[in-house]
Amino acid sequence: MQIARDTILRSYRSMRTIREFEERLHVEFATGEIPGFVHLYCGEEASGVGVCAHLTDVDSIASTHRGHGHCIAKGVNVDGMMAEIYGRKTGVCHGKGGSMHIADLSLGMLGANGIVGGGPPLICGAALSHKLLKDGGVAVAFYGDGASNEGTTLESLNLATVWKLPAVFVCEDNGYGEATASSYAVAGTQKARAAGFGMPYFECDGNDFFAVYEAAGEAIAHARAGNGPAMLHVHLSRWYGHFEGDAMTYRANGEVAELRADSDCLKNFRKHVTEISVIEEDALDEIDTAVRDEIESAVIAAKAAPLPEAEDLLADVYVSY
Amino acid sequence: MSRKSFRQAINEALRQEMQRDPRVILMGEDVAGGQGGSSGVKDAWGGVLGVTKGLYTEFGPDRVFDTPITEASYIGAAAGAAATGLRPVAELMFVDFIGSCLDQVMNQAAKFRYMFGGKATTPLVIRAMYGAGFNAAAQHSQALYPLFTHIPGLKVVIPSSPYEAKGLLIEAIRDDDPVIFLENKVMYDDEDEVPDEPYTIPFGEANLTREGDDVTIVAFGRMVNFANEAADRLEKEGISCTVVDPRTTSPLDTGTILDCVADTGRLVIVDESSPRCNLACDVAALVAEEAFDALKAPIRRVVPPHTPVPFATVLEKLYLPDSARIEAAVRSVMGYKAKQDA
Repeated sequence: MQIARDTILRSYRSMRTIREFEERLHVEFATGEIPGFVHLYCGEEASGVGVCAHLTDVDSIASTHRGHGHCIAKGVNVDGMMAEIYGRKTGVCHGKGGSMHIADLSLGMLGANGIVGGGPPLICGAALSHKLLKDGGVAVAFYGDGASNEGTTLESLNLATVWKLPAVFVCEDNGYGEATASSYAVAGTQKARAAGFGMPYFECDGNDFFAVYEAAGEAIAHARAGNGPAMLHVHLSRWYGHFEGDAMTYRANGEVAELRADSDCLKNFRKHVTEISVIEEDALDEIDTAVRDEIESAVIAAKAAPLPEAEDLLADVYVSY
Repeated sequence: MSRKSFRQAINEALRQEMQRDPRVILMGEDVAGGQGGSSGVKDAWGGVLGVTKGLYTEFGPDRVFDTPITEASYIGAAAGAAATGLRPVAELMFVDFIGSCLDQVMNQAAKFRYMFGGKATTPLVIRAMYGAGFNAAAQHSQALYPLFTHIPGLKVVIPSSPYEAKGLLIEAIRDDDPVIFLENKVMYDDEDEVPDEPYTIPFGEANLTREGDDVTIVAFGRMVNFANEAADRLEKEGISCTVVDPRTTSPLDTGTILDCVADTGRLVIVDESSPRCNLACDVAALVAEEAFDALKAPIRRVVPPHTPVPFATVLEKLYLPDSARIEAAVRSVMGYKAKQDA
């Protein structure tokens, strides 16, 4: 598959930004300065970026608890995200949402979601809007293997098929729903579930950006052409716990170390593009440096940003009351 | 102006708003008439009680959607569509079915605006039937408006007549917040003078259907009719009542309620929802906090017992508040004598 050089560079930068953002949050969370729950996407970067590389601001996505990567992949401002996670007034949701609810509707980002299985029904609605408003958009639901068992997800697969919606259901399968393994909790296969609704099914290795890019391209093209929904099943690796502070006692010793050593999607990406001589190491190193600086300044700015004020407590409950 | 049923008033509000604004769409179970059936008749049903009948014929398959029986996905889809540029009116049929999809109402639609820092609007209307009196038993008879009133971010409307239903529904469709619009299933054939042209009734402004000096009766939805009947009969005994129809429970017109209690000094609240943590409790607490000095007698609540709604007619009659029980409550507050200091 041919990919334009600027798409490759942009995608690498997006993946590197997610990695740096997440690794830094892991460190910062441990200092106790970040309130609430944080769920890290580290290790899964190729999925969000590989899918969103095919989307524009017209298209919609809905995300999960583990939403930082999807936000960055969809173009949400990193400074605003960091400030939001620190609970600051300058946050993208003015400190009202926090890590689990980052949204930017102007970019078609309908929100990370604190409810497992909350996103797929919303995406049916966004897809209906795209179809009726004839804006050419598609709507993508990211959800985990845990959420694939929620009734809302199965109902949405049915509804999207019945209404022939331009929707793509992306199951990000990291092998764990919280602490319970998908090998225990998921009956049958995602493939059979897609087949059960008569929906085209695509599957890929989420550690390989180019595999995700290709499979997502086909699934999204199917939906965008007006052929109804498609399912994309991405197999990927979660490097940290379900939430920050999770000691992962349910995982074998060395499981994560092995994943980091053998299936790092960023390492794979670099190896791939430099070996086939599309991109020089220098260009990638330059991106790494720029991203490190960007995240550093986002953290500094977030810590210095003003907190919300008392009058913000009651603001924006309703449009009008 | 002509006489129209509650059902016709709602249908007319939907039709006129769909004519006015192409972004208004309808979705729900059988609302397009029940598609795909062997009769080949389009628009056969119009929802189970025929409220949306004719709208599929007039507006077609791009405006009126039959859904599978999957409340979680289609109510969620309505929320998602509202957040992305459409103005959906979703019919939930019986409000009792909210259990299947409460997350999409409570955690999604109601919270978008606040949680996203004021940058989302969710112009969604969810219509549903509520109420006892139809022998529909425990899973089809509840009056769950306190549940929605409890959740910030939702507006909650309970019309008490066909005239009110049309004006409040048009207001609901034009509102940019998620609105729960509850229709009492026993009232669909009630008739009233209803203007032919579109009109709106603002939210948060109570209506005084009777004005009097002795007792304030605050009643919700269908209970307004019973309160009016009671007030008419009590008038003949020389007891004059103010009847307050709040119209919306969120926002609630607390100012009018407090003003009326200040004038009459006595309060009876009529609410057909389950008695614990319901609207009657809410209004009683408001008045106890804000107008205690005005009270000449304890507040009385006319509410059902704390039990699921029964099936048998004789039991359902015992369950539901009626005008006789309202009259008794009014007489009791009129007869109250404060204990003398020892």
